Amino acid sequence: MDFGLFGHFSAETLARMQFAFTVAFHIVFPAFSIGLASYLAVLNALWLWKKQPHYLALFDYWKKIFAIAFGMGVVSGIVMSYQFGTNWSVFSDKTGPVLGPLMAYEVMSAFFLEAGFLGIMLFGRNRVGPKLHMFATAMVAFGTLMSATWILSVNSWMQTPAGFSINEVGQFVPEDWWAIVFNPSFPYRLLHMTLAAFLTVAFVVGGVGAWHLLRGHRGQATNIMFSMAMWMAAVVTPLQIIAGDLHGINTLEHQPVKVMAMEGHYDSYPDGAPLILFGIPNSETKTVDYALQIPKLSSLILKHDLNAPLDGLDTIDDAEEPPVFIVFWSFRIMVGIGMAMLIVGLWGLWARYKSTLYTSRWLHRAVLVLAPTGFIAVLAGWVTTEVGRQPYTVYGLLRTSDSLAPIAAPAVAASLTAFIVVYFFVFGAGVFYIVQLMAKPPSLQKKSLQQGPVRASGTTPVIQMQSPTRKGPAQ
Amino acid sequence: MNIDLALVWLVIISFSVLVYVLLDGFDLGVGILFPLAAGNSDKDVMMNSIAPVWDGNETWLVMGGGGLFAVFPLAYATLLPALYMPLILMLLALVFRGVAFEYRWRTERFKKVWDISFFGGSLVAALMQGIAVGALVQGIEIENRAYAGGWWDWLTPFTMLTGLAVAAGYALLGATWLIMKTDGDLQASMRQYARPLAIVTLIFVGLVSVITPFLEPIYFSRWFAFPSAIFSVAMPLLLALAAFKLFTGLKSKSNYAPFIASLVIFLLGFVGIGISFFPYIIPPSLSIWDAAAPHSSLVFTLYGTVILIPIILIYTAYAYWVFRGKVDPAEGYH
Ligand code: HDD
Ligand code: HEM
Ligand code: HEM
Repeated sequence: MDFGLFGHFSAETLARMQFAFTVAFHIVFPAFSIGLASYLAVLNALWLWKKQPHYLALFDYWKKIFAIAFGMGVVSGIVMSYQFGTNWSVFSDKTGPVLGPLMAYEVMSAFFLEAGFLGIMLFGRNRVGPKLHMFATAMVAFGTLMSATWILSVNSWMQTPAGFSINEVGQFVPEDWWAIVFNPSFPYRLLHMTLAAFLTVAFVVGGVGAWHLLRGHRGQATNIMFSMAMWMAAVVTPLQIIAGDLHGINTLEHQPVKVMAMEGHYDSYPDGAPLILFGIPNSETKTVDYALQIPKLSSLILKHDLNAPLDGLDTIDDAEEPPVFIVFWSFRIMVGIGMAMLIVGLWGLWARYKSTLYTSRWLHRAVLVLAPTGFIAVLAGWVTTEVGRQPYTVYGLLRTSDSLAPIAAPAVAASLTAFIVVYFFVFGAGVFYIVQLMAKPPSLQKKSLQQGPVRASGTTPVIQMQSPTRKGPAQ
Repeated sequence: MNIDLALVWLVIISFSVLVYVLLDGFDLGVGILFPLAAGNSDKDVMMNSIAPVWDGNETWLVMGGGGLFAVFPLAYATLLPALYMPLILMLLALVFRGVAFEYRWRTERFKKVWDISFFGGSLVAALMQGIAVGALVQGIEIENRAYAGGWWDWLTPFTMLTGLAVAAGYALLGATWLIMKTDGDLQASMRQYARPLAIVTLIFVGLVSVITPFLEPIYFSRWFAFPSAIFSVAMPLLLALAAFKLFTGLKSKSNYAPFIASLVIFLLGFVGIGISFFPYIIPPSLSIWDAAAPHSSLVFTLYGTVILIPIILIYTAYAYWVFRGKVDPAEGYH
């Protein structure tokens, strides 16, 4: 049989491509729904507190977008939880005793919570009354954060394993659960990823607000949305940059090789390493071609000392070297986006001070351009993290090439092809529907809004809080 | 105190899988019956009867898989590669049906596409789950802690049979669920479909039960040697009783009886499979004790499970309670 495009790859390469592809798709949706769930909880609380209908309108507006993104997150996540076994079975057998329990806790303390209360959050306002509805909304938000906590503990353990021994069949045996869950890179990764989700959503919400302001769809709801987002951008971006810096310093301690690749340091620098801003890492000559660099800055950032020595990739075996080009560039993409967000965040503060927040068209344009970049930064950050730890799945202990399931290449090629086709089609449609919803302004007129599947009646009396005139699709 | 933790965990994992089969069973079943709906408004009602709960139902599948990974990692690591094809197809099918819940309301022009995706996804997922169970029952070859069989071992006449059995059974669950949740013409038509679906399901269950004991010697001795052979007498009797309740419930136009009777039929089938191959988790060679994770993993996970699963069951029940009663088609959506 001919498996088309992927005919000549090894089973290992194919399994890696498949994992990277499916997880990269997956992460986009949780990054969105972690941030959006919290935003929805805040909007709902504001509505209950201030009773301004604009908050309810905004809640209903983002709720529909959330429902689509969340659904995509769920189905792509279920794929992930089976991928470990189907494609990385040796890895599963060996790490299962350590990682399995953490993932089981994720299911029990996060996934059920989200799923159990999601129905009430989306469809139940009229059935359970405002208090319980608020509770359900908060539980969904809390569930997404719990989910991130556990899965990042899993991922961090693979980066910086701790608290285990190894038994006679080569399995990792848990010895100290505290040390496993709170492994050295976990706190940094959790903080940085959670902030990333909030920032991503801040710029999406801000971008949608900016779009409607630019289009002249002014109104209280649009203003509120834009203003809230700009506060988030101004406050969270600096925090994220600090968190990223701390994360990097921690990585230097535990995975120095990854940092060498991020920095493009092929050579060791005994008296102060330069910060290479841009360049083209060349794995043949082991140099960074066309490098634009600032002397000693890298030592200053990483060691807080201009003259601190830094080792380079020349100190390690070639077989231990991750793909430098990818890591070097994905890192720069992320940091570049972070800097751009910082500038726009500060600009927002300035505009607010000058009372031009809702009128400065250039600000609106800038926010609109940055709207999708949170997702790009998240993906770039993950690529840095994951490619930077190659050639290991469990850092320093289990090689990627030893983690593989005994699956023949054609079977993996077929499934990879199927995933690519299905994901682009299905999730492409989802993104299209989300963008379509975003293109309409939030408004108080229910009729112009497309409602999701709402079940507003039954045996319980309906507490009417919304206008009951829900009509068919608006277009 | 000396508790056999592997056994405790077998009970917990089996419970999760059972809950999955019962809950996602009816909601996949509703998907399988989707094309039989008279018109768009019936389709809306059918989908809305499960929209608030499907995500929770499907989470039990993640619990089954995640639980296996945590406490029987070797079983997870051998079963999943053995079932590579059917599982990947099932996952893709679940993608198609899962997104349909939201997409369907977002488009007029392509509504048909998502209706088909909902139906096709549900049907394929059901077939693949049945095939996976059949492949497990017929045995999986393991050497050196790895799957050692071929790529198409899962595809046999027996697994085709179990695939169809599960699909028919899910459709029956779906039909009886809709009898409970709807009224009027839709309910009447579901009553009509439920009868043949029940007959077909029972025939499949009978065939699978007759063939299974002859697949492995241990199954045979289980079913035909004392004391476990007591089940060989009890199971058909209980099954007959459930079937009787189902048919009389349909006849007397009962709202609840047919659904409950169908759940019992599934429960019995599930127990039957369990009886066949306990204490193996992957017949014919991997027992629950061979596959169990180290002691510390079993204990650590157990603490959380005994606290969290009851809480989960409570709020899940609450969510069903909130959306109890008939789906009202007059009260619009979208
Ligand atoms: C909106 C998203 C976003 C933004 C603006 C940034 N990051 Fe980031 N970064 C992530 C989103 C992210 C991430 C996707 O969340 C990663 C991947 C894994 C992780 O823990 O966080 C990540 C990883 C990551 C790592 C890799 C750590 C490791 O693998 O061990 C470092 C060193 C940084 N980041 C540093 C930064 C710095 C110095 C930034 C300043 C501009 C920055 N990040 C902005
Ligand atoms: C926290 C959850 C995650 C876990 C547990 C995890 C686990 C893994 C595992 C086991 C591999 C090894 C397979 C391989 O080397 O290809 C891998 C590789 C990879 N992962 Fe992750 N991953 C996670 C998140 C992510 C995310 C969100 C991305 C998003 C882009 C990502 C991107 C990649 C890439 C690109 C590789 C391939 C690296 C390479 O092969 O060079 N991962 N990951
Ligand atoms: C290989 C790694 C991963 C696996 C195996 C995995 C598994 C899953 C599963 C099974 C679901 C569906 C849960 C349900 O049924 O409701 C899910 C959803 C989710 N995952 Fe992942 N996941 C992975 C990576 C990540 C990462 C890196 C994050 C975030 C940091 C994350 C956060 C979430 C969240 C918040 C949800 C809820 C659904 C949503 O918000 O879209 N996951 N994941």
